[in-house]
Amino acid sequence: MSRLAIIVTICVVVLFLGSWIFKALQAQDAGVDHYLLRGFLVTCSAFLTLAILSFLYKDNPIYKFAEHLYVGISAGYWMSQGFWSTIVGNLIPRLSQSLSGFFKQPYNAGEWMGGFFYTNWVFYVPVIFGVLLLMRLSSKYGWISRWALAFIVGTTAGLQFIRYMRSDFIEQISSTFVPLLVDWQGIGHFFSNLSLSATGQLVAMVSNWIIFLGVLCGLIYFFFSKEHTGLFGKASRFGIWILMVTFGASFGYTVMGRVSLLVGRITFLFRDWLGITS
Amino acid sequence: MQQLTLSVFQPGVLISLAVIGVGLALLLRWTLQGREVDRRVIFAFIFVSVATPVLFPITFEVKATPIAKALFEKIESLPEGTKVMISYDFDPAMAPEVLPMANAVVRHCFQKNHKLVFIAIWATGQSLLNQTLQQVVAVEFPEKQQGIDWCNLGYKAGNEGVMNVIVTNLKKMFPTDVNSTPLEQIEILEGIQSCRDFALIVSLGGGQPGPKEWILYVGDPGNVPIGAGTAAVSAPQLYAYYPKQLIGLLGGVKGAAEYEFELMQKYERFKSVDAPGIRMMGPQTLAHVVIIAFIMLGNVAYLRTRRKKGGAA
Repeated sequence: MSRLAIIVTICVVVLFLGSWIFKALQAQDAGVDHYLLRGFLVTCSAFLTLAILSFLYKDNPIYKFAEHLYVGISAGYWMSQGFWSTIVGNLIPRLSQSLSGFFKQPYNAGEWMGGFFYTNWVFYVPVIFGVLLLMRLSSKYGWISRWALAFIVGTTAGLQFIRYMRSDFIEQISSTFVPLLVDWQGIGHFFSNLSLSATGQLVAMVSNWIIFLGVLCGLIYFFFSKEHTGLFGKASRFGIWILMVTFGASFGYTVMGRVSLLVGRITFLFRDWLGITS
Repeated sequence: MQQLTLSVFQPGVLISLAVIGVGLALLLRWTLQGREVDRRVIFAFIFVSVATPVLFPITFEVKATPIAKALFEKIESLPEGTKVMISYDFDPAMAPEVLPMANAVVRHCFQKNHKLVFIAIWATGQSLLNQTLQQVVAVEFPEKQQGIDWCNLGYKAGNEGVMNVIVTNLKKMFPTDVNSTPLEQIEILEGIQSCRDFALIVSLGGGQPGPKEWILYVGDPGNVPIGAGTAAVSAPQLYAYYPKQLIGLLGGVKGAAEYEFELMQKYERFKSVDAPGIRMMGPQTLAHVVIIAFIMLGNVAYLRTRRKKGGAA
């Protein structure tokens, strides 16, 4: 470990402890019950934020530490939530009365169908598949997990196919069928409400034409069985313009999203940690 | 659609413009001199353009766009006591954008005396929902009782699988609420068999599963009106569903600000509550100005380099 690294580590530790004490005292003054914990959590959040932001300068061990901590905690959090909500919440109450009592969950008794089939038996299927998935941990029997994976992939593909076919294909085609001509009610009515909100007849008609031509020309751009020349080429050219506008809108929204995150962290640092804004 | 209502001479605007203006002038000079600009200089600029309006707040009046107003009007038009489901499908990374709109929608629903059923398809949504319950419901609507006016069904793993089940049978996936109370004992859920029994479902998220999956798995097959609040990154792909499959959309912090503005315009009591969406529009605007300036500077540098190369040839 270089001398610089030791000095930096000592500085970070001293600053962390100083901040912890300061925030804890502040919390105590404000009458917070667990003021030591509160001070620790605020300081932790602030230091982890700064650790992640330090990557903007250059890659460094403090950033790596924060990154690994984030990944580990996220994985653990999702796993524990999944266990308590699904295995304890949904599965155990359908399999065992005593275990339900142990986890303080109301037992969900099944029904006998025709006197020979108990409805809760179905829930042994996910248990078996879950065990099969865990076989991946074994180098010798790892192949067994493919059965469960095949079930997951098949089911998901089937479900997604139906849903996408309906909502993203049929419904979207249907949404493209918009009136291209307005119901003429006079020139005054036609030119009224000239705002971009498309409440007026003229703007609504222009908007509908853009949707119609945008979809048509966008599709033409991706039609490669015919050479893009002449009128077809011009339509393809218009299609790529429409695509560019779409990408631009996406980029603009992405910038807005990223700036929002930065605003959120800076507000936290200035207000909750440093206390320099209200 | 934004209008700067307050004077340009407010301290936040003046300080921000002064700091950013001096910096940009310096950068323009460097660019014209043909000097390389380090990427960290750009980061520093973005930091300053965001931090300055946070320290010296700038206020904007935000006029709601029709797509955001549509969701507001839908909630406004529902009769008192209507059962609405709100799904928290986001994580802390999306919270600065989505939590303000979640809080605004909850405020609006309770103001209209609707009954709210909260769920989370993301594990992280559960703890963020607790923030809304503690900071909005408990403080601003203490009269609203759990089980009668609202209930929290909590998180359930399974992503689209959960939606696929609850569109026909809610109890199958959520046998109890978050406090292990069986659904049959919760007053608000009387007569609710599935998602089809809700007058409106509002999905607040931005990843997968999120509003898009609610449309695909619940809205379209169940014929349930879906409203959405989403992180800015996901907003463009959701516009295609409006107005047929999505009744309204709040896109990013701008959407949150628009909803907060509508709420303030309609109800006097909300003029005094914190409006983080509107508050964040100041830093947003300045950061965008800086980014636009950088794009222009980049083009100036590019044209200069091209002219030099052309001259050399």
